[in-house]
Amino acid sequence: MIVDRTGQMVAVVGEEPSFDPTAFASLTAADFSANDQLARMIGEPEFGSLFHQGEKESMYLADIARRVILVVLFDNRTTLGLVKLRVRPTVGELRHVFEEMFTRGTAGQAEVETGFLGEAEDEIDKLFGA
Amino acid sequence: MSMINYASREINCKLVYYGPGLGGKTTNLEFVYNKVSPNSRGKLISLATETERTLFFDFLPVDLGTIRGFKTRFHLYTVPGQVYYNASRKLILKGVDGVVFVADSQIERMEANIESMQNLYDNMAQHGYNLTTIPFLIQYNKRDLPNAGTIRELQAALNPGWPVEDSARQKVTPDPYHEGESLVEQLDGQWVERAPYFEAVAMTGEGVFDTLKAVSKLVLKSLGS
Repeated sequence: MIVDRTGQMVAVVGEEPSFDPTAFASLTAADFSANDQLARMIGEPEFGSLFHQGEKESMYLADIARRVILVVLFDNRTTLGLVKLRVRPTVGELRHVFEEMFTRGTAGQAEVETGFLGEAEDEIDKLFGA
Repeated sequence: MSMINYASREINCKLVYYGPGLGGKTTNLEFVYNKVSPNSRGKLISLATETERTLFFDFLPVDLGTIRGFKTRFHLYTVPGQVYYNASRKLILKGVDGVVFVADSQIERMEANIESMQNLYDNMAQHGYNLTTIPFLIQYNKRDLPNAGTIRELQAALNPGWPVEDSARQKVTPDPYHEGESLVEQLDGQWVERAPYFEAVAMTGEGVFDTLKAVSKLVLKSLGS
């Protein structure tokens, strides 16, 4: 999974997760941010990666270009060592991709179709009561 | 800021409820969670202490459905109000699209309100965000309590207005939510703008959806600009 630092899911590949990906992304970003602050307190600029070990399922998180987080979920059919080995070149490639993307800047930044706003306002009224 | 993901055709907007401790931020989210159809919302996640004080944040995703091909979603966050959790508060503001300041109307909480508002301005500035240009509104909560201050007192202390330098914006703009009041007006020769405000009793839900509706519309409007 790729999660951005503000807590939004960017991409998911592999087995479809059985949990709520939106909540997962928000907690991942919070986890990374909290650990960033802890790193600073002990005099480190950052923790480049985090590892959470469970009995069956574990997760490995790696920072990419200080903007997004790569999250790898794995079970005990593999080992942390192997995951780290595979993640390292991937992080390098992704860093390259994202850095290139960020330097392209915000030219042609996202715009929504005309008519979107009106329809969205109607939906807001419907959902939250007119 | 809000993310439009063209690959997955999703728009995600981040709304943050800010304000002093015990002001009713979590209560706002709980009311929304209980009232919105389960098909339209995710789980309410609370990182709280054993005594139900917010430790890190509460989080509630609300789905607006698919609009013009884009799955549109609001991510509602609260921050911990207690003064010593500032590191957490600052982290939550990262990437914010809209802010609701939940003020505690009780006159005894005025100082806590002011301190929290100042803290909001400071934390936003540290992220490089400007509270006067992003969707921002104030909710005066606990209006039902006998020791609640008047709206006039609360407005004077928390929402006195910021100067409007842009001449294109220097025109009287009526407050769409309060008849006879203005969001932009001239005071003693100086043009000032105030954040829209709402009165609420979050415990009973009064004003909760009015606030959420207003801030979410402002955020969507800002997408197009």
